[in-house]
Amino acid sequence: MNVLHIDWTACAGHGQCAELLPELIGRDDLGYPLARDGGPTRDLAVPAGLTPHAQRAVTGCPRLALRLVEGRPTDGSAAGQGRR
Amino acid sequence: MTGTLAHTDGAPLGSLASVRVVPGRLLSAAAADLATHLTRSGPLPYREGTGTGPLLAEVEAAGLTGRGGAAFPTWRKLLAAAGGGQRPVAIANAAESEPASAKDATLLASAPHLVLDGLQLAAEAINAREAYLYAKEGPALILARRALAERRVLGLDRVRVRVAVAPNRFVAGEETAVLNGIEGRDALPRDKVRLPVESGLHGRPTLVHNAETLAHLALIARRGARWFREVGTAREPGTFLATVNQPGSGPVVVEAPYGIPLGELLSLAGVAGPVGAVLLGGYHGGWLPAEPGLRLPVSRAALAPWDATPGAGVVLVLPPGACGLDAAARILGYLAEQSARQCGPCLSGLPRLAQLTGELATAGRLAPAGTGRPDPRLPGELTRLSGLVSGRGACHHPDGSVRMLRTALRTFDADVAAHLAGRCAAGAGQ
Repeated sequence: MNVLHIDWTACAGHGQCAELLPELIGRDDLGYPLARDGGPTRDLAVPAGLTPHAQRAVTGCPRLALRLVEGRPTDGSAAGQGRR
Repeated sequence: MTGTLAHTDGAPLGSLASVRVVPGRLLSAAAADLATHLTRSGPLPYREGTGTGPLLAEVEAAGLTGRGGAAFPTWRKLLAAAGGGQRPVAIANAAESEPASAKDATLLASAPHLVLDGLQLAAEAINAREAYLYAKEGPALILARRALAERRVLGLDRVRVRVAVAPNRFVAGEETAVLNGIEGRDALPRDKVRLPVESGLHGRPTLVHNAETLAHLALIARRGARWFREVGTAREPGTFLATVNQPGSGPVVVEAPYGIPLGELLSLAGVAGPVGAVLLGGYHGGWLPAEPGLRLPVSRAALAPWDATPGAGVVLVLPPGACGLDAAARILGYLAEQSARQCGPCLSGLPRLAQLTGELATAGRLAPAGTGRPDPRLPGELTRLSGLVSGRGACHHPDGSVRMLRTALRTFDADVAAHLAGRCAAGAGQ
């Protein structure tokens, strides 16, 4: 399954993605993208039927904060995140 | 065996001098100089240019996991970093940016050669030509630099190790912040489309291991997986370094096997008095009430139902009579201040959460009939805002901060009710 990755360091809450992909994305109080399913928003699973919409959200983001990644979840926790 | 961290050659230990140490496998292998180290621990094995094979097999059999907090299997990182097309890089991460942690600095100061052995073995195994030691400026790094110089004189290291200085900032030790720091940028977390083992320092496959992880690796290479597994649990073998903090005394660094009951760990560290509650896993950790907290084994498996993990072994003891909500509010205030300010939900959410938690904490000091009593919907609002922060950033700073708050609200639920009524259930009332 494809995954829509949000670069939170780039996102400024313009909300284009919520308009172009309302099936998966809503907005929070401040306009930042919010997963419709209530889950975390680093990587959103994109059902095959919605891939074209997700692609439009990627190209429509004024901050270039979205990326469609094929085939795997990319949550950074997958390989550790030692911090201390 | 308990002793104060002492160094024989007059090195300025500074603040580390106040750290009391209870040695185990790692710290009893401490040696002030390279000759003593090699006599005590033996020469470096696996130096035949055999690639990842033999060392990797031993590390996998040992079940070693990352000691920086995430507990990711060490062998999988080694394998992934070795597999890329480009020349990989190895990094020992001793930034230890968690303020309540002292274990990496203690380890680096007492057994620098163990950490540097581990870095060398890992670097050689993945065929790296470049390695870094990333640590804050301070007494530990002074001793580590001295150790590196000794190794250069003896020609011990085949992969050159450079020192990179970590800034004193909470998120600076996060894996991708380490990469930015070494590249000369601000040491802030990166967005992670690809993992550092795939695309790290200057885009090359990069292995970032916590300093303690590398020290364990250096012992496993010499003594084997079976030895490593003699202590700990079957699923979480070996020992870990913990930093135990209690009010009124300096931090104590103690080594213990995974699975040790939390109360026993505190006893090892010399905590004698009664305990009100414990924050386990550092500022991103989980609060546990003394009962049953002190009876719980310190392992990921046993702590998971409690929304806690051993993390990097940081323990904060809250004495009875101290207000847990006040402690949580102060920690959250610090965490909000330490946001990298890169991601919207963290940038705006953490200060708001800190402010509201502060209001809840302060409410316990108001007279019961006083004006300005907090809105009874405050805990609900904290939960709602937490949901808008968690999982919505490039790193896990928001997630960890929210976990600390969530477990505080659960552990101190009686205090929450009391504070909303203008009282503080914790005896002293702050």
